[in-house]
Amino acid sequence: MYMYEFAYRRPKTLAEAAGLFGEFDNPSFVSGGHTLIPTMKNRLAAPDVLIDLRAIPELNGIRRTGDRLEIGAATTHFETSTSEAVKEAIPALAALAGSIADPQVRHVGTMGGSVANNDPSADYPAAVLSLGADVVTDRRSIPADDFFDGLFGTALEEGEIILRFSFPLPDFAGYAKLCSQASRYPVAGSFVSRRGTGVRVGVTGAGNDGVFRWTEAEAALAADFTPEAVEGMEPDAGGMIADLNGSAEYRAHLVAVMTRHALRSPGTAYVR
Amino acid sequence: MTEISITVNGELQTHDVEDRTLLVHFLRDHAGLTGTHVGCDTTQCGACTVHLDGRAVKSCTILAAAVDGAQVTTIEGLAQGGELSDLQQAFKQHHGLQCGFCTPGMVMAGTDLIRRYDGELDEHTVREQLEGNICRCTGYTNIVKAVLDAAGKHRAKRT
Repeated sequence: MYMYEFAYRRPKTLAEAAGLFGEFDNPSFVSGGHTLIPTMKNRLAAPDVLIDLRAIPELNGIRRTGDRLEIGAATTHFETSTSEAVKEAIPALAALAGSIADPQVRHVGTMGGSVANNDPSADYPAAVLSLGADVVTDRRSIPADDFFDGLFGTALEEGEIILRFSFPLPDFAGYAKLCSQASRYPVAGSFVSRRGTGVRVGVTGAGNDGVFRWTEAEAALAADFTPEAVEGMEPDAGGMIADLNGSAEYRAHLVAVMTRHALRSPGTAYVR
Repeated sequence: MTEISITVNGELQTHDVEDRTLLVHFLRDHAGLTGTHVGCDTTQCGACTVHLDGRAVKSCTILAAAVDGAQVTTIEGLAQGGELSDLQQAFKQHHGLQCGFCTPGMVMAGTDLIRRYDGELDEHTVREQLEGNICRCTGYTNIVKAVLDAAGKHRAKRT
């Protein structure tokens, strides 16, 4: 289906992007556009202008700065998955990026677009939350714990632009997910990371309110960082999504299973 | 309307298009190159796969305006001097098609795949990497054979 008419702009500076945002009634920023354009084709969204952020230099580049890894918001999944800097610093993050959708989508979709959209079944939010990244915008730096706000909701204000993600380097990180056979989005995915004595578990695909931290598992793993430590544990099924892909109880169980797989998969993404 | 210039198969294509024009429609309706197919229209089937600055992408989910100035290769641009590419020949030889609708996208995705792996491919990797292309005839077996055959030719030429 043809999309409703809209204007397309590709600013080269942040100031120009902010100016354009103020000029239109119903503007939308776009990066890879691999969620937004299908949404517009289904006529579920009808912005009057798409402001493409990819040409703005501040959103580009991957760099290691001391004990942190910084990834520009316009970095494609393919770039993240193949970057030597990412593979060396947080190999599980590179593996996660390489597990998103398919090669053609990975060549265009971006980390900033995925995280700003906060789809309840997107992969990156689990990693950003588990790794305790900072979301750096043109206005401030937002800790991951304060960033995600329910289904498709974030702390981003009107017109605020994500510039990059700043990841502290973990001592351990692993990701595991079971994908829907139709959509290939995670039915449940768990990203487990440990830095010093702190353990964080970010769960995607399963929660009614989108991505969440499974704090009970984190406490058990902080005491004993083995898959056995979370044996018999499951998150409360009351908070889980129930849909065609599975019941709430199935998802709660799956979260536990994927968490154990993630613990057994350091530096990789276990995908089924 | 905005004037967009895209180099398609080495030839500069300049057309006035609406900002909402998708790359696939630019190619089919404005450049007259109908080898790139519209299949699912939902970024899943891969029939619209082309190479954008050398990388396989789904042209049904990219705005023409967003790739103004870029280089695009379509299925029409793979044959050189009237001779099919190795992968096109392999599709023919192994009968890597049934109805043929998905074939242009399969060939474009397969060509990109062989390039990215420099021909070092096994069956598992080919099947995994062709995840973004759907054949509704379910003819994958011969498609995979064709990609592996062309990958072998790529390796032979490389050494």
